[in-house]
Amino acid sequence: MEKIKTNHSRRSFLKSSALAGGGLMISFSCLAEFKLADKVSGLDLPDQWYEITGYIKITPDNIIKILNPNPEFGQNVMTSLPMIVAEELDVDWQKLVIEMGPHDNTKLGPQFTGGSNSIRMYWKPLREAGAAARNMLMDAAAQTWSVPKEEVTAKEGMLYHEKSGKSGTYGSFASKAASIPIPKGMKLKEANNFSVVRQSKKNVEGLKIVTGKPLFGLDYTQEGMLIAMIHHPPAFGKKLKSFDASETLKMPGIKDVFSMKLYEEGFEQGGFDTRTFNDLLVVVGNTTWEVMNARKKLKVTWEPISETKETMAGRSGKREVIIPAGLENTSTHLAKMVEYSKKPAQQLRKDGDPETAFKNATQVIERTYTAPFLAHNCMEPMNFFAHITDEKALLVGPHQAPGWIEPTLSKILNLPAEKIEIQMARMGGGFGLRAYGHYVIEAALISKKVKAPIKLVYSREDDMTYGIYRPMYTATYRAALDANKNLIAFHVKGGGIPEHPIHANRFPAGAVDNYLAEGWEIPSNITIGAFRAPRSNFNAAAEQSFLDELAEAMGKDPIEFRLELLKRAKENPVGKNNDYDADRYAGVLKLVKEKSGWNNPENKKYSRGVAAYFCHNSYAAHVVDIVKRDGQPFVERVFSAVDCGIVINPDAAVNMVQGAVVDGIGNAFYGGLTHKDGAAVQNNFNRYRMIRLREAPKKIEVHFVENDIDPTGLGEPPFPPVFGAVANALYKNMGRRFYNQPYVNDFSSKA
Amino acid sequence: MIQKKIGNFKKNAVMAIYNLKINGKTKQVDVDPATPVLWVLREHLNMQGTKYGCGVSMCGACTIHLNGSAVRSCQLPVSSIGNKEITTIEGLSVNGDHPVQKAWIELDVVQCGYCQTGQIMSAAALLKTKPNPSDADIEAAMTGNICRCGTYLRIKDAIKAAAKQK
Repeated sequence: MEKIKTNHSRRSFLKSSALAGGGLMISFSCLAEFKLADKVSGLDLPDQWYEITGYIKITPDNIIKILNPNPEFGQNVMTSLPMIVAEELDVDWQKLVIEMGPHDNTKLGPQFTGGSNSIRMYWKPLREAGAAARNMLMDAAAQTWSVPKEEVTAKEGMLYHEKSGKSGTYGSFASKAASIPIPKGMKLKEANNFSVVRQSKKNVEGLKIVTGKPLFGLDYTQEGMLIAMIHHPPAFGKKLKSFDASETLKMPGIKDVFSMKLYEEGFEQGGFDTRTFNDLLVVVGNTTWEVMNARKKLKVTWEPISETKETMAGRSGKREVIIPAGLENTSTHLAKMVEYSKKPAQQLRKDGDPETAFKNATQVIERTYTAPFLAHNCMEPMNFFAHITDEKALLVGPHQAPGWIEPTLSKILNLPAEKIEIQMARMGGGFGLRAYGHYVIEAALISKKVKAPIKLVYSREDDMTYGIYRPMYTATYRAALDANKNLIAFHVKGGGIPEHPIHANRFPAGAVDNYLAEGWEIPSNITIGAFRAPRSNFNAAAEQSFLDELAEAMGKDPIEFRLELLKRAKENPVGKNNDYDADRYAGVLKLVKEKSGWNNPENKKYSRGVAAYFCHNSYAAHVVDIVKRDGQPFVERVFSAVDCGIVINPDAAVNMVQGAVVDGIGNAFYGGLTHKDGAAVQNNFNRYRMIRLREAPKKIEVHFVENDIDPTGLGEPPFPPVFGAVANALYKNMGRRFYNQPYVNDFSSKA
Repeated sequence: MIQKKIGNFKKNAVMAIYNLKINGKTKQVDVDPATPVLWVLREHLNMQGTKYGCGVSMCGACTIHLNGSAVRSCQLPVSSIGNKEITTIEGLSVNGDHPVQKAWIELDVVQCGYCQTGQIMSAAALLKTKPNPSDADIEAAMTGNICRCGTYLRIKDAIKAAAKQK
């Protein structure tokens, strides 16, 4: 309801666009895309925006701006969230100005990108905002024209009073509308009446991206800005002991070298305040290249850490995390996992009497699966800009949830939240890594110390070896079959370093009379964090591979076997809290069966694997078709079926699923970090193999279940089942089962 | 105030002036001869379109054209350029209307977008030497460009579409 007057003269536009990099002024380069060039010539900016709900601003000249509230990391909320507003607001999509919103949790909602929640979280609020704004404008027109509100209609940025033939642009009523209280409970459009949502819209930042505009945190630049890099310990389990920077300081462009603590002794960390190293050795200089070079001249001694306990925020209150001392090795990790898998574990769920069922079984099938640590490997290495003074803080960079780090920043900088401004740059990938706070706090503390604006830059090696990995996991699955090959009991005992992966209430829980889920954990000083579909990204590999083996042992088709279990879960569910909708789960299996021509004899030349999974509120199933190419397995085609409710932007959604499939194949085949004496063996792309264009499928055909269910997530759900489908297809292609990721390690071995 | 911990003489403070031909213009920089072109572009010429991804020529985000050929700029010392012509993403076209850029928009290729300027530069160089590339040509030319978001299928389709346009 505020009137926002901007005093941008031509000069100030040029100045602030140079300073802001990825900020407000970027939107005006949108104008050419949106064909407003003739309305708003050259660099002349409107000088008055009226705010009509927190998401919409309109000028008297009818330039309509919609803010995207949520940080963008490639999931294209910059396009899809404004589409939701535009739908109810009733505007011409081609004429809109779209802009990244500022960090403002009061006006723009939670503003966190993660858990495949952006659209699910904002679906209703954005529709209500669009509808409310349209109503405020109609109200304003009715008042101006002195006509009953019911006689006013709105369409594509125009208001009409048919009876009298009056009409006017939204803009002409914006000033009046801005002073009308925001109404609640407006009627929203019917799903079969959408004219924006469910239509494919091009990425609103596409032109800027393909012309190399400075959109990313790493691109951000400001006059007087220095570059800082942190010289991390070479291994987990080590910390800074002493350093000699005399040679470094002689290097050209270097301003300072110092050590500092990230968190003071006794600081109570929030759940996303994770960090690997607390004693930091910082090099500050003029340019990145100069600092990278100068780091090499540091003479540093490191010492082993002692075991520590940390109090962190957890899912159910505070939790104590043990950080053990020592330099860890993958060989030890693997041995420990075998050892722990034989010890008693924490019971997570039990239905019926699994112990007796297993004792009486005719056949018991037991298989063990493992997967390594994974590095997120966002294409844009970690970075953040900070300019901290005693009065205020300006931070600019890639982060998934500014509201989550603001409290910690406020505590550490001793500044109230109102004095802290966090600008969300477009992220070159997130995948969960950018939900954490350490690199933002580091940048802030460095700026405060050197009393200058700085950009903290992580080299690719820093980024890859810092941790916050997807944990190392293992799970042993056991199934009991009776004399008629019926599945009478199911047992999963999963563990991990340092967290187990088990979701005890997921399928096939609820479909088997006797069920047991257990979990165990091995503490580690290798840090971990959320990685695209945490836990699920391993579970689907293991569980879906195991169900495949079960189906084979029972002489059943793998899809029919799953459908049978889902039928049981629907009609006569076992236990409580079954965390999935059996109908929707079956729905994606049926759709992928149909679209992949599962039983079509023409497809016999392919080695086919199927998997399905439910996570982050959506359902996904894939059929993966592998062939031999140059003697190696190659995923030639994938058929995907997804149920995520209403699909906002269909073509972009297809792009997301295709990307998740490629990501899944890449990680299943090649991904993984190993450790030797605490150090990551893979520290750059020459050692950490990433999937390349040649290794991506030739075709990925994506189908969405059509329904009018409110939209649920899409970023994560398609990812986990890819691993299972790949494993199952590899079995058909190579004649042996694959239990340990990355699967490429087993391509050459004989059964 | 930042303490200036320097003595009277900076060791290794070798700098040199280079006149670089970039996107049809000559730009002068005064830098350490070993500075990779990537960092000259990003930090001395304020051209952020060419990206840093790995620094070891393994990801392709830093791809530029040198006399029309695609090269990785992250390990290319500025002292080696001489008179050669550098083209960056900023100079590939005037209004983003190079056929490759147009195809990228038409097929809505991008997700996070960070790798895409490097992808586009590699693709544009390919089409110069092979105006009608086969799948194998595309795979070979683009193998050095990583896309973490997995847009490879669209990249391939966009290259083929751009080839048709030309």
